[in-house]
Amino acid sequence: MIETSVPECIDGSTDKSAEESTKVALPGKSVLLGQDQPLRLDCGAELAEFTTAYQTYGKLNAEKSNAVMVCHALTGDQFVAETHPISGMDGWWSQIVGPGKIFDTDRYFIICANVLGGCMGSTGPKEINPETGKSWGLDFPVITVGDMVRAQVMLLDHLGIDQLFAVIGGSMGGMQVLEWVASFPDRVFAAIPIATAARHSSQNIAFHEVGRQAIMADPDWCGGDYLSQDKNPHRGLAVARMTAHITYMSGSALHRKFGRRLQDRKSFTYGFGADFQVESYLRHQGVTFVDRFDANSYLYITRAMDYFDLAAEHDGVLANAFKGAKTRCCVLSFTTDWLFPTEENRQIVRALNAVAANVSFAEIESDKGHDAFLMDEPEFHMVLSGFLNGSAVLRGLRQADS
Amino acid sequence: MITRKQLGVIRADLQVIADMINSDTRLLDVGCGDGALLDHLANFKQVDGRGIELSTEGVNACVSSGLSVIQGDAETDLKDYPDQAFDYVVLSQTIQAMASPKEVLEDLLRIGERAIVSFPNFAYWRLRWQILTRGRMPVSRTLAFQWYDTPNIHFCTIRDFVILCEEMGITIERSIALDRDGDKRRVRSAMFFANLFGEQAVFLLSKQK
Repeated sequence: MIETSVPECIDGSTDKSAEESTKVALPGKSVLLGQDQPLRLDCGAELAEFTTAYQTYGKLNAEKSNAVMVCHALTGDQFVAETHPISGMDGWWSQIVGPGKIFDTDRYFIICANVLGGCMGSTGPKEINPETGKSWGLDFPVITVGDMVRAQVMLLDHLGIDQLFAVIGGSMGGMQVLEWVASFPDRVFAAIPIATAARHSSQNIAFHEVGRQAIMADPDWCGGDYLSQDKNPHRGLAVARMTAHITYMSGSALHRKFGRRLQDRKSFTYGFGADFQVESYLRHQGVTFVDRFDANSYLYITRAMDYFDLAAEHDGVLANAFKGAKTRCCVLSFTTDWLFPTEENRQIVRALNAVAANVSFAEIESDKGHDAFLMDEPEFHMVLSGFLNGSAVLRGLRQADS
Repeated sequence: MITRKQLGVIRADLQVIADMINSDTRLLDVGCGDGALLDHLANFKQVDGRGIELSTEGVNACVSSGLSVIQGDAETDLKDYPDQAFDYVVLSQTIQAMASPKEVLEDLLRIGERAIVSFPNFAYWRLRWQILTRGRMPVSRTLAFQWYDTPNIHFCTIRDFVILCEEMGITIERSIALDRDGDKRRVRSAMFFANLFGEQAVFLLSKQK
């Protein structure tokens, strides 16, 4: 899909403030947690009251045994299977979540929560700090993947669900899945970490740092205080998104999609406009991203991924993280994913094997790179569906009546 | 229509293996292919089974049908498993394709209390006959490759395998040779005939106590 409106530069023509672009009443549910028992964060701070915005699809059965937690990736959100309230795009996993789909909403109760630190209604740097009455900004405590999952556990308690039938997620979502298995194995029957790693690699930290520096170099970032100054570092955030987007695709997919083709022109302009389709595409990705994402949230969530190292939390031995876990696991990777390559996923499998855990693993042939987990990949969907159905039979979940 | 799978019909050598396995046990199938044995054992003997398979198609077929199988290479990935994690570790029709069959055998009995190994018998009379009369490397039903493209790099005979087990201090609890029609023959009571008429063999092994 190539956009015809070419942003000639990512400065863009619309200079919306972050307030304007995201002050839309969001659909979905929201709950205030931590009032009885504050959430103790890894950084040492405590959140006495925080909001989790979430969305659900399908119905919880009487036994409360059909709940599936979908964990979203860095820039995902709770709108898994419905038109996105801001971008107007299809839900990011509507390929597999919905009536009659792999995650059949007539059979399963799907829960997806906006992560702690996010910007789609859950407490994060964009939201109001109750102590000051102003947006948190950089006063928001640094959060970790573990904190995100502990917040999800509190949501689960709130919903009165003891054990999830399954927890699934790709990329950072996969990190959350691993954290669930490591920290709350009894509360997960089946786990599906996809295209992920048990620790964020130095290369990935490096890419994140480029993104963060792009945001912080934007004068409109205002040292993180742009919201109170009615500014929005959208240029920096767009560059961060552009860089990241390259890492989500394989070189061959980029080439197949764009080659060296020119955008709406027959020859070079001998300037720095978007001559190439690939440039136009990236600029479009950057410019549209800033409408639905908060720059400080991007800083916090990338940081959470960087800090993720499950082995380090368990005496440096990843297998220790999974000791005694009875959860059925299915690890999936993609051949051309160079952001979370198969080898990183295989390390998770090795660790699970080392404790004789119940694990399946498949490397899916795809040329779409890291983003393959969001795409229409029949082989991926076949394996996913097989694992899920096998688990559902073992869990005693009936097929949806049709 | 009732399928062969629903009736519990599996390949003759897999059936011999299945018969050696007690119900409600934990089992690892190394080189599990499309998962026929794992599926059969899960359905008919309530076995908690896992598999390792090298081929993508095999792994996808297994996981798609609800089996717990990982994509991997037995020769590197067996090292990851802890000692005595399973009641049985099965290696069917694969040992002859291993670079280090002896090490693999050691690993099988480290990971499992018992190992079940099946392999094509290179001393089967039809193979002997092909070498004798045609002077060429034998090609048969169980060894369906030319010498230059075969994955089978470490052929052995039933007698060779028995000797290796003795050398390694492995107890042969049961040993069965299968002829061309799938008829069974006990190896130990008649080694000469088993080694001549057995097209393949299945061994149930354990570590000498």
